[in-house]
Amino acid sequence: MIDLMGIINLNEAEEHLGELSRSRSLASIPFAGRYRLIDFVLSNMVNSEISNVGIFIQHKYRSLVDHLRSGKDWDLARKRDGLFVLPPAYTRTPMQVHRGDVDNLYSNLDYLYQSRQKYVIIAGANIVSNMDYRGILEYHKNTQADITVLYTKANCGTHDCVRSNILGLGPEGRVLTISEFKDTGGYQNMSIDMFIMKKDLLIELVNQCIARGDYDFVKHCIIKNVKRLKVYGYHHPGYVARISSLQSYFQHSMELLNPHIWKELFFKSGLIYTKVKDEAPAKYMHETEVTNSLIASGCYVEGKVENSILFRGVKVHKGAYIKNSVIMQKGNIGPGVILENVICDKDVHITSNKQLKGEYSYPLVIKKGRVI
Amino acid sequence: MHKKACVAMLLAGGQGSRLGILTQKLAKPAVPFGGKYRIIDFPLSNCNNSGIDTVGVLTQYKPLALNSYIGIGSAWDLDRMNGGVFVLPPYVKEQGGEWYKGTADAICQNSNFIDRFNPETVLILSGDHIYKMDYSLMLEFHQKQQADATIAVIEVPFDEASRFGIMNTDKEQRIIDFEEKPAEPKSNLASMGIYIFSWPVLKKYLFEDELNQSSTHDFGHDIIPKMLADKRNLRAYSFRGYWKDVGTVESYWQANMDLLGERPELNLYDSKWRIYSSNSPRPPHYTSTTAKITNSIIAEGCLILGEVENSILFPDVYVGPGAKVKNSIIMSGAHIEDHVVTDKAIIGRKTVLKQGTVIAAKKLDGQQKIVVLDIDMIIPPHTTIEASLSCSPPEDALCKREE
Repeated sequence: MIDLMGIINLNEAEEHLGELSRSRSLASIPFAGRYRLIDFVLSNMVNSEISNVGIFIQHKYRSLVDHLRSGKDWDLARKRDGLFVLPPAYTRTPMQVHRGDVDNLYSNLDYLYQSRQKYVIIAGANIVSNMDYRGILEYHKNTQADITVLYTKANCGTHDCVRSNILGLGPEGRVLTISEFKDTGGYQNMSIDMFIMKKDLLIELVNQCIARGDYDFVKHCIIKNVKRLKVYGYHHPGYVARISSLQSYFQHSMELLNPHIWKELFFKSGLIYTKVKDEAPAKYMHETEVTNSLIASGCYVEGKVENSILFRGVKVHKGAYIKNSVIMQKGNIGPGVILENVICDKDVHITSNKQLKGEYSYPLVIKKGRVI
Repeated sequence: MHKKACVAMLLAGGQGSRLGILTQKLAKPAVPFGGKYRIIDFPLSNCNNSGIDTVGVLTQYKPLALNSYIGIGSAWDLDRMNGGVFVLPPYVKEQGGEWYKGTADAICQNSNFIDRFNPETVLILSGDHIYKMDYSLMLEFHQKQQADATIAVIEVPFDEASRFGIMNTDKEQRIIDFEEKPAEPKSNLASMGIYIFSWPVLKKYLFEDELNQSSTHDFGHDIIPKMLADKRNLRAYSFRGYWKDVGTVESYWQANMDLLGERPELNLYDSKWRIYSSNSPRPPHYTSTTAKITNSIIAEGCLILGEVENSILFPDVYVGPGAKVKNSIIMSGAHIEDHVVTDKAIIGRKTVLKQGTVIAAKKLDGQQKIVVLDIDMIIPPHTTIEASLSCSPPEDALCKREE
């Protein structure tokens, strides 16, 4: 048994994902052909033997709760510990503005008190990666740090680093500063906003923030305390995708078509779990042409698919040509349709012979359930 | 226990010896099928979809894979508070224990299990067939006819009828005659091996049969003829749709191939009648720029760099560049290296075909036999294999070694 509990704190800015986050939180945005973004961090926790996971949700959580249900698909439907979905508490004052994620942590402090683990890892849902937290906990113990921050070497010349936190590192990985990314390219030590600390310290930080009237966990609980506490950085050497905007969503989706990344992300230190759908395997017909693509189960492909990702249960009819696109669950692409640089949200139906085109740097997003 | 209208009993103890290598290491109902499933998924999913929530699975032959696969039945939503799935192996009693001597004996030995639910009817199923069927309609028919027993029948071509148990019926579907594998069949209504019995009636016949020393304790051989002789109310329930016995390697291969092409008779993509199965968490499969896949079924987790044609690939199969997989069934985790050719082959789970290997039987008079390779084999580079092969660890050079 590992002495570590997991907290998934859903507080990411999702407005930059546009139409994709209109009816859902960032955590439940579909990704990689069959998953939702939260599946990655949740599976990493489960694969690291964490058996107590609390998900602090903020708003628009219908699709997330529907996805998680009892937690059984992640082996988290347990008698002892398991999955806890923790919504913000309603206060008695009417019209009170919900200010930030610390409010939510504060109103669920009982959950933290009642958990029996000594250490806690706090993470968001916007990082897509395959990592094992067990080694990182060991590192945290060995350095005797108060807080360990996980980071990646991000190429901010080619990837979106906007609104990320960049670590200023001293000798032996000590974190001296954490500051918001300024428009400078090249490789940066980008925080992936995952923190390991003792549960007692987390409770202390939350209480302190509330006492001062602060409400943003990373800004006020962590960054404000960098000087006062012993904060260390842990470099995760593997693949990390930070989904923070529509462009980064599309760019990282396309990166999955590299079989090395595909292998690392889905098999390296454990499998990625998701809600089970009982679809039949994908079916290819006589005239099907599929190259450099990811095809999920339940797909029925008659047309041509190139550099694309098809989610579960997508139908591609004869003569259709899908290029550099992402078609989410149950998409129905009619005969003769041509799509390029398009993201179709769930249940989109494109009727015959339509041609839709976006740009690689600005993909065209078709709203959920739309018929075109 | 709550009273149940109907309890299903699934006969899953048969060896299925005609499947050869495929059932050497596991029971027939556990044999993989259709790129994802095992044969037993079909009757169990039919039960769930028909609203039958209490199923006893009778196991006997090599039950390890089958038992661990069934588990508590959650894959088919059969992990229930009242009812659910029960694995029923033979057991030792005060006067000593016995193996199941026949299909009827297997049910008889578990009559105490059925009595717990005090059902009006018992549905007898086998784990040998690929089909989708709504048992609740058959149950309705049984109740409406006030039958003692109802046997599901399907029309088969007359020239094949002598391979089946054949029913002769009157206009009201009353069975007047039953012949097991007749030389000159009088009708083409074949028994599908699916029976509904009124439980009190069946129980009486089972206990009588148990005392009969000359009986083979088989439903088709003993129980049904005895009930007919006693002029019981036996009815035939006609089923239309896809139904395939997968008792031989040829019929197993053909049933898999039947899934390919446009509008197959058995639709696995019908969300109203899903075939449930244990789902392994695998990513969508990857098809590379060099891959060419036509008329095939590909499961999740596969990595395809070569050519795949008219084939069925289970999860986690690797097909290397320049490899050609044709008319084949490739079980999960098989590793097909570059420039391998397989034609009309069944490759066992996790078997490795090293580069340049050719797996195909020689064509004789336009006929080509199916080559079956066992699980966990390792075939050295540039080998040509024209006949089925199994491996028996540990001394066999073609077996994978523990590392």
